[in-house]
Amino acid sequence: MSSPSRQFLDLLERHGYDFFTGVPCSLFEGVTRILDAEPRYGYVSAVREDSALGLAAGAYLGGRQPVVLMQNSGLGVSVNALVSLHQIYDIPALLVVTWRGQGGKDAPEHLIMGDVMEPFLRLLHVPYAIFDPSTLAQDVEALTRTMRETHKPVALVVGKGRLQS
Amino acid sequence: MKRAFAVARVADALDPGCLIVVCNGMIGRELYTHADAPSRFYMIGSMGLASSIGLGLALVQPSRTVVVFDGDGNVLMNLGTLASVAAAAPSNFYHVVFDNAAHGSTGDQRTISDRVPLDAVARAAGYRSVARARDERALADALPSFFQTQAPAMLVVDVERGNQPGIGRVDLPPPELTARFLQRATLKIRTASDHNGHIHGN
Repeated sequence: MSSPSRQFLDLLERHGYDFFTGVPCSLFEGVTRILDAEPRYGYVSAVREDSALGLAAGAYLGGRQPVVLMQNSGLGVSVNALVSLHQIYDIPALLVVTWRGQGGKDAPEHLIMGDVMEPFLRLLHVPYAIFDPSTLAQDVEALTRTMRETHKPVALVVGKGRLQS
Repeated sequence: MKRAFAVARVADALDPGCLIVVCNGMIGRELYTHADAPSRFYMIGSMGLASSIGLGLALVQPSRTVVVFDGDGNVLMNLGTLASVAAAAPSNFYHVVFDNAAHGSTGDQRTISDRVPLDAVARAAGYRSVARARDERALADALPSFFQTQAPAMLVVDVERGNQPGIGRVDLPPPELTARFLQRATLKIRTASDHNGHIHGN
């Protein structure tokens, strides 16, 4: 049986995702371990989350379907790229965003974003689903359909323990 | 040298098959006013990200020449991307920076590129070729060969402050800019081996 992270990447590839970039988070370290180790993914480790979104936009303009991985702290860095690039230009992307600060139990720097993240995504008009292994296949399918119909970014929110192995 | 003049000279030196990503602000507006084409992606917002967009594009379209038209304010806003470009080292990435050491679109407020030379930063980051054109003559000398130099490459072009009257805005809707660019960027260029009469596209 392959790891949850391997299964997740396989699922994304089955849905046509073929460009991966982002900034690491310990909550998806299983995924970035694979991306870093296997050159076939062409993973680009970005210096900032907004730069990752720029890379994703360029890859889309070149014919790819991008995934951008980030910690939720990076959502703050990403706001202008999301609203003044992807959303107005109809550039779709799947954002895989970790949920540090979930339930108020985390290091102090994560508590506020952890608390406001869901309303923040709604405020930015980014449709999202919470990573749940029992519904993951349907959720990725639904998010991808929404992303392709709207040509706008969507997000999959990943809590602790889901993609660390 | 005036910025609009320099933008036009660089654009005119490019092969029509090149893909151009141009930063927000006056540089994009000057390029659009001079000569628009579907192979030119005008980034009207997201300041600082033209180089990231160009890098993503260059990585997935390695057979195409990608040229980023940038400004000093844009480069400084996401300076770390110079490191990303150097690390990924795409051999088809050409970065032209029009440098007036000012934010030309907001009233020519000073940037810091007069004290932090961006050509030196790019060289230190690991761009394979770096050049600087300080006047019209130097630009004319640099242009034909710059796009044949080893890439990633940066050409910094020193330009005057001030905006030329009569420069329009990019008035096409952004989704249309995306659609036409995507079509152009993913069209397989006809090569000598494709002589049996069919055009490849997707």
